[in-house]
Amino acid sequence: MKFIYDPIKIRDVLGNKIQFLLGDMACVYGGLLAGVSFFGGYPITPASEVSEGMARLLPRVGGTYIQMEDEIGSIAAIIGASWGGAKSMTATSGPGFSLMMENYGYAIMTETPCVIVNVQRTGPSTGQPTLGAQGDMMQARYGTHGDLEAIALAPSTVQECLDFTIEGFNLSEKYRNPVCIMTDGEVGHLRERIVIPDEKDLNLINRVQATIPKNKFIPFTDSQTRKNCKVPDFPTFGTGYRTYVTGLTHNEKGFPATDKQKDHEKLVNRITTKITDDADNLVMVEKLKLDDADIAFVTYGASARPAETAMDIARSHGKKVGLLRLQIVWPFPEKIVSKLAKQVDKIIVPEMNLGQIYHPIKEAACGNCEVELAPKIGGEMHLPSELLKYLGVK
Amino acid sequence: MVEIKTADQLNKKYLREGMWPTIFCNGCGHGTVLEYTLWAIEELGWDMDKTVFTSGIGCSSRLPGYINADGLHTTHGRAIAFATGIKAANPDLNIIVFTGDGDCAGIGGNHFIHAARRNIDMTVIMINNFIYGMTGGQLAPTAPLNSIATTAPYGNIEPPFDICNLAKALGANYVARWTVNHPYQPIKSVKDALAKKGFSLVEFLAPCPTAYGRRNRLGDIKKHWEWYDNNTILIEDYERIINYGSEKEKEEVKNMFPIGVFQDLEKPGFFEQYEKLVDRLMIKKNKKPVKKETVISR
Repeated sequence: MKFIYDPIKIRDVLGNKIQFLLGDMACVYGGLLAGVSFFGGYPITPASEVSEGMARLLPRVGGTYIQMEDEIGSIAAIIGASWGGAKSMTATSGPGFSLMMENYGYAIMTETPCVIVNVQRTGPSTGQPTLGAQGDMMQARYGTHGDLEAIALAPSTVQECLDFTIEGFNLSEKYRNPVCIMTDGEVGHLRERIVIPDEKDLNLINRVQATIPKNKFIPFTDSQTRKNCKVPDFPTFGTGYRTYVTGLTHNEKGFPATDKQKDHEKLVNRITTKITDDADNLVMVEKLKLDDADIAFVTYGASARPAETAMDIARSHGKKVGLLRLQIVWPFPEKIVSKLAKQVDKIIVPEMNLGQIYHPIKEAACGNCEVELAPKIGGEMHLPSELLKYLGVK
Repeated sequence: MVEIKTADQLNKKYLREGMWPTIFCNGCGHGTVLEYTLWAIEELGWDMDKTVFTSGIGCSSRLPGYINADGLHTTHGRAIAFATGIKAANPDLNIIVFTGDGDCAGIGGNHFIHAARRNIDMTVIMINNFIYGMTGGQLAPTAPLNSIATTAPYGNIEPPFDICNLAKALGANYVARWTVNHPYQPIKSVKDALAKKGFSLVEFLAPCPTAYGRRNRLGDIKKHWEWYDNNTILIEDYERIINYGSEKEKEEVKNMFPIGVFQDLEKPGFFEQYEKLVDRLMIKKNKKPVKKETVISR
């Protein structure tokens, strides 16, 4: 049974255009709208609702849901499915994300498009399963071994859970890299109003399939059909290209080149610069009241919500506070933060961890302004009043 | 089409140019298993454009690289989980997993168990050489009692894993074990496994003279290969002796490896069942809106 993308059927299954929806479920909706046809998952709080939603809805649109034996199997299966031609997705939380790290690196090395939703909870280890945190932000970037570039988005609202899952698929297909949707237990378990975007506004991106003659096709090199594009065309299994895919260092043909320094350098430089070269197109931020600001919050995900309230209260006290919200966290929008650091006197970084994105922000600020971390851990969001203290407002 | 009669012709048709020489040592059994598999594919007349070879890590997992077909060389132990996804995305593809005893019965045991239980449509060819060969001869979960490995220098005290009995207990559709020393039965067996819907396993006992034979004093390559003749017994004979044999006969076969077909069933594969589920949902949807999900009895 092969999956056929049928937008009418998908919208029929999703139901009303405007709904009051759970954050995790919004990721399911986003996946279905993007055309996901395979989901492999394993139950884990607070991400289980994504699996449950997929189990309920995916077969109704003709896709395949399998509850795998663990998170290692889940990510393995979605990578396999991607090579079989599917848009594929999994969802997990901290402990499962840790288990996925090896195959996350495999997906990067083999340039496999797929989407991983991480509904973050507190850690280390089992931590507080039902409570939100932002402790895996660095793990998405540096959690797997070796040199790599990561793409990660951080939704702050339920609508963004839906929109960013679609966007995650688009970026994943475009760059042939796994994409992490770094939501958390707060946003994942939040219910809010969502609007299902119209078909014409979706602008779905699908990976560029290999089309050139089979004897001329080179699977792991710059695109052979697009100019100045380091993302190779995709030879879906079963289309006759007979591609060998390996996590070992491989040459352009895909064959192991484990003892060749030049091949490794060339490969890893290509799979990282295909993203960094395009970093200007990979910027998604929201700028709130930054024009006249001399203090700025720089934050993302759930933490941006109390920060926005704190900003408004501080403004009513005459403080010129703004907010920069990172929607794409990786690749890190270095230029924007660097520019902001030259404008403001102080950057405050509210995070639900003991300082993760704080570090690249400090690096980008490069001493041009003070950067202060506003950490909160233990599974509770910052209160606006707690953040106001950092602004000197009582 | 040329009729394939010799191994040379077979290699020309199925193997990839530019990947030679292989990584395999002298006297290794892996090339032989590949040859048997290719003969089985040739007899079935499978389209190599629609056949995907998946593997994990280890010597046996390098086999897909030599075959001129789509191949996914994955992470250690996980090949079966990757293969599950490939098959789900495109059930028209034939899926063959090459794996070793460490890859499949050790680190990948859980994926093996659940793919067999789900009866996922794929054929797993596990090459069992009793050792972690690629990394230099560490103890495998299949290593016989008292055998020597670099990480069991004073002899193995752990009971070995019988992967065929495990697969049988899980209800896999087809389970067989052979040695590389018996050419004809394995080719037929691999052919039966490939043609089977659902999950099929063929285990090959294969020599690793470098990492296992040398350390366990099994003699030169020829003697090592002969070890498999002298230490295996057909499953039918084995069961007859265990059930009805004399104490002396039982003692003789006690430490031998039963070979042959362990299980041959016709249960529907996972994806056949999944397709039925989707059909059911579509029909229900078309008939009338149902408020509550009807519970289908198992």
